[in-house]
Amino acid sequence: MTDTAGLQEPESRLSPATADRHRAIASLQEELEAIDRYDQRVDATSDAALASVMAHNRDEEKEHAAMLLEWLRRHDAVLERDLRTYLFTSAPVTEIEAEVEAKVPGDSGAPGTAGTFGVGSLKGESL
Amino acid sequence: MNHLMRSHAPITDIAWSQLDAEGRERLVPALGARKLVDFSGPLGWGYSATNLGRVSDVKAPGENLQARQRKVLPLVELRAPFAISRHELLDADRGAIDLDLAGLDAAARRIAVAENIAVFHGWPAAGIDGIASATTHEPITLGTAYASYPGHVAKAVETLLEAGVSGPYGLALGPQEYTGVVETTEHGGLVVLDHLRQILGGPIVWAPGLEGAVVLSLRGGDFLFESGEDLSLGYSHHDADNAYLYLEESFSFRITTPEAAVALTA
Repeated sequence: MTDTAGLQEPESRLSPATADRHRAIASLQEELEAIDRYDQRVDATSDAALASVMAHNRDEEKEHAAMLLEWLRRHDAVLERDLRTYLFTSAPVTEIEAEVEAKVPGDSGAPGTAGTFGVGSLKGESL
Repeated sequence: MNHLMRSHAPITDIAWSQLDAEGRERLVPALGARKLVDFSGPLGWGYSATNLGRVSDVKAPGENLQARQRKVLPLVELRAPFAISRHELLDADRGAIDLDLAGLDAAARRIAVAENIAVFHGWPAAGIDGIASATTHEPITLGTAYASYPGHVAKAVETLLEAGVSGPYGLALGPQEYTGVVETTEHGGLVVLDHLRQILGGPIVWAPGLEGAVVLSLRGGDFLFESGEDLSLGYSHHDADNAYLYLEESFSFRITTPEAAVALTA
């Protein structure tokens, strides 16, 4: 079931698609928080073997986070568009935003997204 | 600039914004199939074919050689052209918010209906099988006694359960069936639409282009819509009076588990 403690609205008013995205976002939060915790503990411990185990575990959390982010990309067309715009670039991030905003609407150049309505998956929505 | 050629159009940013907003607003309610099937992508305009993971033998060009050719499902390009008055578009910059975008609205309807037809009834010329025609289960006859629809849908769900197809289940209704369902109450005053939701555990969608209805599993992995270019708005040409635009998408659709759906015929 959904982690109702993290919901801002009554569960009965949420579409199945929104509830699933909530599950993924909450899981991604947990993975990122775990990475941060492990990072700090690796720095803090004076036991090299323990630091090695925790660094290994931390890097596995990064894999989990990447898998969740990819699931979200596949189920959120706007996030998909923005990730294609910003990820794996080398220019200063704020310059990319300025460049995107200066272009004609719909001509972002991102493959598969320029000029689209960003409809994507609607699975689970009613009517 | 990409192949949609939007920057060549005599259309201002404000007018593009209104066209984009109107297009999305008109498309989403009518895209019934997308509310029920798996969607992957968009993979871009340059993406041309879905990998089917299979091969066929081909004659090798020499002795003592074996040759196979990969099988793919080519994506189909679907385009709905329309015209918009240039005078109307210029009024957007004057602050008009009630533009006559009837051409866009009609095009949105045409392309959404075509997508629904491809998914539910198939598109043989494009190599696409439809859910209603591919299912291995006997169709259930609906008729026009809408108060009896819960019984028919419950029978369809039972058929899926017996076939080992788990839920949740969704229901796509053609326009006539949808109107009948929302207008009807059963004995005791229970709204048919609410009763259907209780039976299915999943969404009920309006699907223009669908004839009859379809009950299908939403467990995932059974019905796969692959998008190359998702629904987009592009520019073709213009004259003194009109801008000629189009809605466009590229996609493939395939079914991996035909028995994960039951057709209900009108």
